[in-house]
Amino acid sequence: MTTLLASIGARTLGYLAGMGRGVIFLGSALLWALRPPAKFRLIIQQIRAIGVDSLLVVLLAGLFTGMVLGLQGYYSLRKFNAESFLGAVVALSLLRELGPVLSAFMVTGRTGSAMAAELASMRVTEQIDAMHSMAINPVKYLVSPRVVAGLIAMPLLTCMFNVIGIFGAYMVGVGLLDLGSGSYMAGMEQSVQLRDVGEGLLKSATFGVIISWVCCYKGFHALPMATGVGRATTEAVVLSFVLILLSDYFLTSVLL
Amino acid sequence: MIQVIDVHKKFGPQEVLRGTNLTIDDGCITTIIGGSGSGKTVLLKTMIALLLPDSGRILVDGTDITGLGQRPLNEIRRKFGFLFQGAALLDSMTLFDNIAFPLRERTRLGEEAIGRKVRERLEQVGLGDMGYKYPAEVSGGMKKRAGFARALATDPEIVLFDEPTTGLDPRLGQSIHRLIAAMQSQLGFTGVIVSHDIPEVFTISHRVAMLADGAIVESGPAAEFLQSQNPVVRRFLHGDAGEAVQ
Repeated sequence: MTTLLASIGARTLGYLAGMGRGVIFLGSALLWALRPPAKFRLIIQQIRAIGVDSLLVVLLAGLFTGMVLGLQGYYSLRKFNAESFLGAVVALSLLRELGPVLSAFMVTGRTGSAMAAELASMRVTEQIDAMHSMAINPVKYLVSPRVVAGLIAMPLLTCMFNVIGIFGAYMVGVGLLDLGSGSYMAGMEQSVQLRDVGEGLLKSATFGVIISWVCCYKGFHALPMATGVGRATTEAVVLSFVLILLSDYFLTSVLL
Repeated sequence: MIQVIDVHKKFGPQEVLRGTNLTIDDGCITTIIGGSGSGKTVLLKTMIALLLPDSGRILVDGTDITGLGQRPLNEIRRKFGFLFQGAALLDSMTLFDNIAFPLRERTRLGEEAIGRKVRERLEQVGLGDMGYKYPAEVSGGMKKRAGFARALATDPEIVLFDEPTTGLDPRLGQSIHRLIAAMQSQLGFTGVIVSHDIPEVFTISHRVAMLADGAIVESGPAAEFLQSQNPVVRRFLHGDAGEAVQ
């Protein structure tokens, strides 16, 4: 019994210590991001890696999410003779919830995993140690630009997701199911407020930081062995998904 | 001068360094030999605080680096160059940019001066026209040369070499040894080499120390070391490393 309790205690302490290290890592990345000289070139490179490289997959996911919403929404609303609310339902679902969360999932899978694998590979091949040995701070050079880029690129991608999603639902609702174009647009215009857009973007900026932070942390602290890269990548993706959903709930409950 | 004083280092239950003492003299090449897994690389990495000892002190020019904060530690690290076993070149950069990297990040030199310095180092290591290539596009020997050029880019006072000839054929290994000796006599840096390339590495070493059972069991000038009567050293030099490692 004592052994079991000791084992549970040790494991809990290990998790708490890991969380503490993770938070200190994020704090250090943010502090180094603020300290001059600013690494604009690296930040732009990372915005490109996160934004441009994820764009296609985000657009595809957005288009089909919108189309499915259009289809499901139309038939559900028709039961109550409320098809004219399709635009409002689609826009609010995408702007407040689906856009930020699904685009964050896409970015985690497309770019976050690559980020974790790249840093883990640098750890395994001693490239991060080489930076330390050259008196160059690897957090400032490798992590801070990625966190800043996540903060900037994620809301932009979410905007793309939302726009293409609304267009997808319009194609299905208006193009295929004979809903009036004016009805779709008017429903959207009457129900969507600037606050809905702002809250969605705030969520996506938070998710952007979470993805960069978690993926960099896992990659940066990968075990220096052949399996270290794979393990770091898997853990980074899973933990990012969990933290995105967790923070989504808390943000929603605060913002509502 | 580097002084390693009573250094202990454990990884889990395994105690790798058990009261290691060693002095590295200025301006000469000291080679640390020992069996695989004897802790040579760990010892080398503690000298630049890439690994921190559990106890003991590491003095670099009289400053104990074991308890230093990041800023003073970086000041000390500026004295060092480090050639890693796999060269540890940043694979997202060309060889030229790899060598320019510490100059761009740590100095106020302009791009023109950096370019001149990098080309000079590339010429010195025999990679004059290879600067535009990426690490993945060159051979293991070229990577080591480029890693050496990067280690020398900032004119360090001390250069650490972790197994500089591992993975290279004997001819390439010899050429790396000759390069290290030539650059050391030209630039006058203090060199610390971790190697088990015996006896070839003795030809370029001024001093040799042997690590076994987590401690230095013998050290001295290279010529004298070869004549050592220490049974652990003799067994290791004659190819039976088993007992030395145990």
